[in-house]
Amino acid sequence: MTAIDLSHRVDAVPAKRGVLRRVLFGKVSTSIATLVIIAFFVVAILAPWIAPYDPLKQSFLAINKYPSAQYWLGTDQFGRDVLSRLIYGSRTSLLFGLIAPACAAVIGTTLGILAGYFGGIVDRVVSKMIDLLMAFPELLLAIIVSAALGGGFWNVVLVLTIAFVPGFARVARASTLAVRQEPYIEASLAIGVRTPVIILRHVLPNISASIVLLWTLWIASAIRLEAALSFLGIGTQPPSPSWGNIIREGLGNVLGSPWPIIGAGFAITAIVMSINLIGDAARDMLDPNSSER
Amino acid sequence: MGIVFSKILDAIPTLWLVMTLVFVALRILPGDPALVALGDFATPEQLKVFREQAGLDMPLWHQYLDFLWNVVTFDFGSSFITRESVAATIAHVLPYTIGLAIAATLIGVVVGIPFGVLSAVKKNKLPDQGMRVFSLIGYAIPDFYLGAVLLLVFALHLKLFPINGGGVGFADQLYHLALPAITLAVLKIAFLGRLTRTSLLEVLSKDYVRTAKAKGAPPSKVIYKHALRNALLPIVTGLGLSLLATLSGAVAVELVFNRPGLGSTLIKAIAERDYTLIQGAVVVFALMVVVVNLLVDVLYSVIDPRIGR
Repeated sequence: MTAIDLSHRVDAVPAKRGVLRRVLFGKVSTSIATLVIIAFFVVAILAPWIAPYDPLKQSFLAINKYPSAQYWLGTDQFGRDVLSRLIYGSRTSLLFGLIAPACAAVIGTTLGILAGYFGGIVDRVVSKMIDLLMAFPELLLAIIVSAALGGGFWNVVLVLTIAFVPGFARVARASTLAVRQEPYIEASLAIGVRTPVIILRHVLPNISASIVLLWTLWIASAIRLEAALSFLGIGTQPPSPSWGNIIREGLGNVLGSPWPIIGAGFAITAIVMSINLIGDAARDMLDPNSSER
Repeated sequence: MGIVFSKILDAIPTLWLVMTLVFVALRILPGDPALVALGDFATPEQLKVFREQAGLDMPLWHQYLDFLWNVVTFDFGSSFITRESVAATIAHVLPYTIGLAIAATLIGVVVGIPFGVLSAVKKNKLPDQGMRVFSLIGYAIPDFYLGAVLLLVFALHLKLFPINGGGVGFADQLYHLALPAITLAVLKIAFLGRLTRTSLLEVLSKDYVRTAKAKGAPPSKVIYKHALRNALLPIVTGLGLSLLATLSGAVAVELVFNRPGLGSTLIKAIAERDYTLIQGAVVVFALMVVVVNLLVDVLYSVIDPRIGR
């Protein structure tokens, strides 16, 4: 899926080949984090084969069961197997986590490069929009847009994309401004290379590292945001399982069984923490001056 | 004083843009609000009367001007569902949200900043590592999950705290505030602690700190008088950011603890397609964002006189 996209784009910076391995397996903590992330992806991809039950199948005979050999994480108020719902929920979360920041990266980078490269009125308009949207916390922005659009897969993708676009645009703009001063851009201009070619061949590859880094960091944010929206009832709609709406439904049934809440929350925390660890390691590697050490 | 005034002038076009965005966003809301408010059995005449009363039959530009005028005068009409005045509903719930945000911020500042100072001073020792683990978890754990766990453990099982609601009377309200405020404060402590540590470490490597140490100033005086004061600027920005994060985090936490507040009101209004109430709540949220940003800007110039003169 889009995971292949990541390695492909990191390969675009050939000198940094060894960096990826050091980021992922450089320390004990990042090695564990990498394994956790891989495990989540394997589970999500293999969901239909490893989930013990149908996540939507209700059973009156198995309501609010506590964990047992038959139901490893118990069942919810509709008698649905919690573990199977978590496994299928990981598909929702990871899919949003990959797609939404990717869409935002494409749109935001385009806007940022245009603003940074051309300057003038384009820059002023884009910068004003960025400042405006950046003033809002992502979740609040997402809630406001959801208020207008409602739930559903593509609406949620759109909501998350809008929430992330300004960040990408800001980084792309700043990097483009820096790259634009480089002698090789001046040289290409002097020998008459056309503008679209300069942007695609010279600007884009040189700012791609920071964009890819931002994208990986925001996978975690996207997973969190999707969970929060689904928890609020304006993200993924039931009965489709998502970690957020599992907690929402669990909260309505705390006295019946706490296990859906505990399980889904643990899943979100584990994947977000792992991605953050990798993201921090990548940032330290790319920016030796960052004082987070 | 001049700077405050010019910042406020700056905020006006921003506010106007935000309000325009809100208007556009709400006009593409799917579903006919009249049909939603009156139900499927409403007659065409009833729908027509309702649309007239709510101004939904007007041309769009007219609705837009009305909307802007309503924002300026804080008059959002009455709820589509309950018929109560939107301004009154919001005025009733807003103190709960602001109280929650202030309590969470206070805990965050009182615990987070000393925590950050400690881990900068004891760099790579036990307190620093504890801080690192805490902030790793604090950043990853969703606030609504943390709230649900605290609710499960401290309210349902240990019965130390009330399960839900806002409370009656000051002491009872504080009692009801405790768990939600702690929930929101955890992320704040992680964030402010890390920020304090980073900016303090940076300042501690500066020449004037070395000079202060060299002339024999006591370590506590070096840290609190020379270093922390200079490390404060990024912390204030961080405080503004985290106050905004609290406003949005409050939405989920209010839902977990079934607290009255602007967030839970907005979510309920969205579920019921209560047009006017959504409009009012979103406008107030946007207003708070602009005001917090304004405050941070102004505080900036107070802390660092070099900025904005």
